[in-house]
This record gives sequence, C-alpha cells and structure tokens, in this order.
Amino acid sequence: MQLVLERRAERSTIVAIASPLIAIALTLVTIGILFAIIGKSPIEALRVYFVQPLTDPFPFFLQQEIIVKATPLVMIAVGLSLCYIANIWNIGAEGQFLVGAVCGSWLAVKTNGTDVGHWVLVVMLILGAFGGAIYGLIPALCKVYFGASEILTSLMLVYIANLGLDYIVRGPWRDPHGLNFPTTAAFDPAASIGTLFEGPGRLHAGSIITLVVVMLAAVMLGRTLMGFQIRLVGAAPRAARFSGFKSDRLVLFTFAVSGALAGLAGIIEVAGPIGHLDPGVASGYGFTAIIVAFLGRLNPIGILFAGLFLALTFIGGEGAQISLKVPLDLTKVFQGILLFYVLACDSLIVYRIRLLRTAAKAVPANA
Amino acid sequence: MPETLINIFHLIFSESFILTVVTASTPLLLASSGELVVERSGVLNLGVEGMMIVGAACGFAGAWTSGSILVGALFGVVAGAALSGVFGILTLGLAVNQVATGLALTIFGVGLSGLIGAKFVGERIVPASHLHLPVLTDIPGVGRILFGEDPFVYVSVALLIGIWLFLYRSRSGLVLRAVGDNHASAHALGYPVLRIRMLAVLFGGGCAGLAGAYLPLAYTPFFIPGMTSGRGWIALALVVFASWRPGRLVIGAYLFGAVSILGLALQPLQLGIPQQVMNMLPYLATVVVLVLISRTRGTAGSAAPASLGSVFVPDR
Repeated sequence: MQLVLERRAERSTIVAIASPLIAIALTLVTIGILFAIIGKSPIEALRVYFVQPLTDPFPFFLQQEIIVKATPLVMIAVGLSLCYIANIWNIGAEGQFLVGAVCGSWLAVKTNGTDVGHWVLVVMLILGAFGGAIYGLIPALCKVYFGASEILTSLMLVYIANLGLDYIVRGPWRDPHGLNFPTTAAFDPAASIGTLFEGPGRLHAGSIITLVVVMLAAVMLGRTLMGFQIRLVGAAPRAARFSGFKSDRLVLFTFAVSGALAGLAGIIEVAGPIGHLDPGVASGYGFTAIIVAFLGRLNPIGILFAGLFLALTFIGGEGAQISLKVPLDLTKVFQGILLFYVLACDSLIVYRIRLLRTAAKAVPANA
Repeated sequence: MPETLINIFHLIFSESFILTVVTASTPLLLASSGELVVERSGVLNLGVEGMMIVGAACGFAGAWTSGSILVGALFGVVAGAALSGVFGILTLGLAVNQVATGLALTIFGVGLSGLIGAKFVGERIVPASHLHLPVLTDIPGVGRILFGEDPFVYVSVALLIGIWLFLYRSRSGLVLRAVGDNHASAHALGYPVLRIRMLAVLFGGGCAGLAGAYLPLAYTPFFIPGMTSGRGWIALALVVFASWRPGRLVIGAYLFGAVSILGLALQPLQLGIPQQVMNMLPYLATVVVLVLISRTRGTAGSAAPASLGSVFVPDR
C-alpha cells in the first residue's frame, strides 16, 4: 500500500475555502497534544491562548492590543502577498520595515522639541513608505539587472538594516538625556500617532490606514490591469510572456509596493505604540507577516482575518507566559506549525491523496 | 595611512587570524556542502538557517547533558535531519512550494531553538579539543593551521571530498545529478525520484544540524538564541557562488569566513569605522557576490540543476 498524490481535474473550491480553517484546527489539536505532553491541561491552555484575550472586560485593553499587533502584520502581509502571488519572493520585509521606521524617525528626531505642527507626522509617514520602497527596490534591481536571487539578497538586507538601526540609535541619534540607553528621545506629540480612545487601550489611527490598504489592495488585485498581470504571471508565466507583459516591471512594482507598505508599517509602529526609535523595533513582524500572507491565502480580506488570528496568538502567548509559565518562544513554534499545516492544506486544493493498494512496481536501475 | 595598511596586512597573514578564519569558515562549509547535495538533486531547501539553529540548540543540549562533544554533534545531526524530514514530507510527499516550506522551516526552527535552548542560556561546556600531533603540530607557522584544528574542521574537509567523489565518481551520484537536472526523464528511466530527493534532503539536514552544533561546541562554548545570525542564509548564497560545484565551495566558504571575522579582527586597529558597519561586511559581501556571480552566469561554467526548486508529482 502506498500513498500518492493525484492532480484534481480542477481546483477544489470547498478545500480552498476550508483549508485555512482546517490548518487552524489541526494546529489547535497539535497545541493541545503538546500541552498534554508537558503536563498542562490542553483545555486550559487553549482557553488562555484564544479565549481569554477576546473576553477581556471593559475597557477592552487586550482586544485593542490584538488590533494594535495585527496592524503592522496585515499591512506588511498585504504587500508581500502581491509578490508571492506573482511568484516573486520578497522575504526581507523585516528590513524594509526597519528602514521605513528609521527614515520616518529622521524627521521626528530633527524636529524634536520644536513647535512645528502636525504636518510633521504626515511627512514622517511619507518618508517611511518611501524609505521602505527604496530599500525594497535594491533586491528587485539586483534581480532585474543582474539576475541575483531576490530571496537571498532581500534577506541579507534585513541583517544590514538591523545593524544600521543599532548604529543610529547608539550613535548619532541617541537621546542625550536617555541615561546611555540606546534610544532616541521620545517623539513629540506632533510626531506621534495618538490613541483612538481614552483609557489604557493603545488602539491608534494606524489601524484605519491598514484597513484602507486592505481595501485598496483588494480593488487593485481584482479590478485593475496591474492586478490581473500579477495574478497572470503567478498562475501562468508562459502565457503572461506571450501576451507581452513585462515581468521585470512587475518585479520592480511588487517590491516597491511591498517595501513601501512594510516601511509605512514600520513608521506607524514607531510613531504609534512605541513612541521612540530603539533596537527593540526589530521584533520580527516582517517574518511573521509571511505566515499571515499564506494563512490569508494571499487574499487581502483573508489576510485581514489571518493577521487578527496571528495577533491573537501573540497576546494569548503573553498571557500564557504569565499564567501557565510557558516560554514566549512557544508562540513562535505554534506559528511555525500553523504555517506548515497551511501549506500542506493548500496542496490539497490542487491534489488529492490516493491510497494505492498495489505495491510500487518500479524497480530502480541502481537497486 | 600606509602604516595602517601594513598593520592590516600583518594581521591578515598572522597565524592567529588564519586560525580564526578556519573556525569561522567550517560551519559555512558544513552547511553549504549539505545544501549543495540537496540542490544537485533538484530541491531548494531554504530552511538551512532553521535547521542550523535547532542543531545548535540540540547540539549544546546533548553535549551539556552528556559531557561529550561527540554526543552533542550527533544530537545536532539528528535534529537537523529530523527537521529536514518535515520539509521533505511537505515538499516531496505533498508537493508543497519549496520556497514557502523552507521559509516555514526557518521560522519554526528559530522558535524551537529558543524553546530548547532557553534553559541552557548562560551555561558553559568544555569546547572540542584541538588535534595535537607530536612533531607536526609544532612546526612554526603552518603546524597549528594544518595539524592543530578541532575535529570538525577535518570532518568538514573530508565531507566535501566525499561529496565530490560521490557526485562525480559514483553511479549513485550520477543518478542524483540526473534527478536534479531532469526529474521527468529520471522518472521515466525508473529511478525513484522522490526517494532519492528525500535522502538528499535528509543528508543536507544532517549537515546543517552539524554546522549549527559546531557553533556552541567549538566556536563559542555556550549557546545564545539566534547565534547562527544568518550563517544558514550565507551558506545558501555560497552554493550559488560555487555554481553548484564542490571545489569552488571551499574557496567561497573560506573567503566568507574571512570576511565575517574581518570586522572583529580589525577592531584593535581603531580604523574609526563603527563596529556595526564592520559587522555588515559578510551580508554586504553576500549581496555583492550574488550580483557579480549571477551576472557572469553561463560563461562561468555553472552547474545549476535544471529542475531546481520545481515540484515533481510522479504519474503512474
């Protein structure tokens, strides 16, 4: 007996819709089993991870935290999904996020302590998006003009951005009154994104920008020529070539857009919840967003829900660290397992698994 | 300025610098040797960084618990191979996209290593002892470089020679290359494409695990989360740099090993360059080298496997 894959006559619509849900269900079962193995109640663990953050009473601090966490994840993942649909592999969103944060922060640092008005924040956001786009264009240009693998170059640039950030906050931009901590001075109110509600909650206007981005991306992918090109190049690269679409331009476009969105997410994160620039800004959102993009099946609306779900695991994981005494890295392991299941389930959209009753008869010539 | 140059020159050709280069290059050589075999079989496993970091955590855990470097190394190999097994089941068994699965493996591995290594942070072990031959090791200048390394260094060189012999001088190696260059033809000839690829993937995983284990067992005698710091990715770039040829891999690995410690080595000379900029060198060098190599592709005798990274589902 042997398990083999068999191509379906056409993509299974049912599996396509159900696959992220099946993946989540399988992940929950796996988490439960893992908790049972380490001697903790699976039911209690799942409650702490997934129910507790959602049932936090007024003023809904944890619910707001989930949205705050989801904001950069969704924004980055929407950009990445454009690349991944077209089979272009930008995995350096973390670097573009950091460069965006640094570029935007430049103005906040330069105008610190002056009374220049609220245009500062707007320019910061533009600078952040611009910086991210430029940084994203480096691997794209290396690919288009020299044929260098964008996977490796975009990732190398993450390490470079990380070191650059470290240098800037320890050197030229360090807060002179910061007791030698590697951080810039706290941003002025004019250079910060305020919270939306009174109270301890940190929900900020950046989340609204993310929602707008999701809607724009959905329209762009579904209703414009560029969106059609992206989908066509991903689904049928040969057909796209024959129809005269320039794949080089697409590489530049998707990298610039995903870089800009990652950069925008970076400066929003710094000007919003964090409020100053320090090395802790590099928190791995750019990598988690890869999981979000795939869990959302590379669809903007799907990504919105996927981002909220991943954010829930972060907040739940922080709760579990306190009440269940489990390490924070456990959350990352769960996210990795989730991505494995998502990818495996996605395969079942195109293939079905068949059980062969006859033994494999192929005898290799070198046996 | 000329004095600075002379100082740098002296430093680069000093025995201690070359010894450090060898130690810095060995994990790169181990990981990229394994990945070279994987890629020659037509599979692109981007999870090297993840397998390395888990290999580092498990290797340290094994050595710390047992007190034996050998046990630690075996733990690293098994951990890397186990992780690559997951990759193999997904990409070969379920025909999942190799790029996405490799990324997933790295994300998963970084989390898992943090989990495994958490209780070992701050612990120390006695690092792998260095070879000492009575007369040979004491030869001035070259003795310690050739005959005074830790056992991993010799393993890495032997491994690469073994891989070269396997790929170019054995029938199985020829079959592996055929599978990597045209899986449909190899399948039509009756070769078990997926099984061969699975074995290659497991081998690559073992090598990556060993490369990771090298870091806490010989490079530094302790475990730090994230201590591979991109070496797995650099190993991937090295395979491209070597144009998928084992001979060029040695040159690449040692070149990158040298670049990666140059920043640290030049620190005492006080050149006025921020340390962070010096630490960027290996990553910058990777980007530059990838650009230069990719540009001359085709004329430089590249042996890139034609089926690299593409999904294969056998028809019956």
